[in-house]
Amino acid sequence: MPAGRRASEQVSAAVADAHRREWAFVLAATVRVARDIDLAEECVQEAYAQALTSWTWSGVPANPGAWLTTTARRRALDALRRRATLARKLPLLIEPGAGFADGAGSESGEPDPAAAFPDDRLRLICTCCHPSLAPAAQVALTLRLVCGLTTVEVARAFLVSEPTMAARLTRAKKKIAAARIPYRIPPPAELPARIGAMLTVVHLLFTTGHTAPTGGSLVRADLVERSLDVARMLHDLLPSDADVTGLLALLLLTDSRRATRMDAEGHLVLLADQDRARWNRAAIAEGCALAKQALSTPSARGPGRFPLEAAIAALHAEAPAWERTDWAQIVGLYDALYARWPSPVVALNRAVAVSFAAGPEAGLQELDKLGALEQLAGYAYLPAARADALRRLGRHAQAREAYTDALMLTDNAVERSYLEGRLSALGDSG
Amino acid sequence: MSEYLILIYENESNYPGPEDPGWGQLMAGHQKFGENNAAVLRGGNALQPTSTATSIRSAGEDFTVTDGPFAETKEALGGYYLVEAADLDEAIAIAKQVPAPYGGVEVRPIMTFS
Repeated sequence: MPAGRRASEQVSAAVADAHRREWAFVLAATVRVARDIDLAEECVQEAYAQALTSWTWSGVPANPGAWLTTTARRRALDALRRRATLARKLPLLIEPGAGFADGAGSESGEPDPAAAFPDDRLRLICTCCHPSLAPAAQVALTLRLVCGLTTVEVARAFLVSEPTMAARLTRAKKKIAAARIPYRIPPPAELPARIGAMLTVVHLLFTTGHTAPTGGSLVRADLVERSLDVARMLHDLLPSDADVTGLLALLLLTDSRRATRMDAEGHLVLLADQDRARWNRAAIAEGCALAKQALSTPSARGPGRFPLEAAIAALHAEAPAWERTDWAQIVGLYDALYARWPSPVVALNRAVAVSFAAGPEAGLQELDKLGALEQLAGYAYLPAARADALRRLGRHAQAREAYTDALMLTDNAVERSYLEGRLSALGDSG
Repeated sequence: MSEYLILIYENESNYPGPEDPGWGQLMAGHQKFGENNAAVLRGGNALQPTSTATSIRSAGEDFTVTDGPFAETKEALGGYYLVEAADLDEAIAIAKQVPAPYGGVEVRPIMTFS
């Protein structure tokens, strides 16, 4: 292979790597200069394009992120000068006044002397996840601006057409400018609520990828990995926040089972039947350590939703076999989770855990209490869980009835085929 | 600085009248809001109930005049404040102080033409 070609391949790889690692950093620092998201995006894209040629001649710089930031910011300043001469005045993004609490740990707001630019990624994420934007727009903006996905890629992630997604992104960016959503980290009093909104976006991104609502495959690996990237980024930026740590742990632990959730024929494999030897041990080790850290972080109200969910996932991940799962401790964690987040789905999961900790009879009693809940009417997992407990009790006729109820409420083909399999396995042994 | 309109939407059927016990408390709440935010308040008014509203729609060259508000909703526009704020977060912080126990408020940036 000619040396030149190899060099250009190395440069392409370095630019692609910098895109994945540095996009949010470069864009966040450029928005601060451009004070206009569209202009900043344009300049950052041009900087990456310029890197492809420049780095071929000059070599890959020691700090690609700083090189890209300098280049993009210079382009933004040039563009602003040209715009000023055109007397074009658009509402600019709002920057905090002097002395505004930065909230990210640096008291003075001064840039880290080791870095050429202040880390503005948290501002960028805060702006993308502002509660005055529609949830779908928050997720789309995060993918576009924080992860650097193209509009086509974001559209594909949500199974909508490119013009639809382009319009959604444009509407959101217009609202940021017109309603003057500030480009800043909110003051400490508001920060917890805003972190909650960011975590909701990352969690939604993950669940969309983890169980793709439609499409050929159960898992959308690209979305799962992007959500892990953002969760990691948030953890880097807010290392002492228990909810952030808990979410990263939960995502790592849930994703550690990715390879075993479907069999070769594309059938769903339940947790009980998964090949634990094929679980991702590195992800489990990291997730368990983070879950422990999140749970032990002191908090006035006790551990929140994500640290508790992570702890439950950690107990499953650490069990050497389904039969050796620590169900008693899982029930205890579900109790704490329900106290903090009283969702009927949490109550349902708790009842299932009870059926393993204290036996199917006790579980069935808990499930029957939930039958009266209006929010669970029409929720297929309730009759499916009842059917499972009844089957384990040998009450096959009632189990058949419950599986049939669950089937009537299920549209997902993979889940239907699982329920049909259970039903036919019961046969007429009644 | 920008201006924002805070629109107060409340359920009229629950809203107390001047002779009801809740009235004084509500008026005191607005009084207090006005005092606490005097520096940023640019205006504001309470509206008569929607039973007093008249809607006028253009129909080609002509107009259709009908009884009632433009849109029939459970929560109806009952008043507004015009405030000045540096950004949306500041406007939201002011809006949270507006007493609206029978509904809520909507914050809209005022369009500037220059």
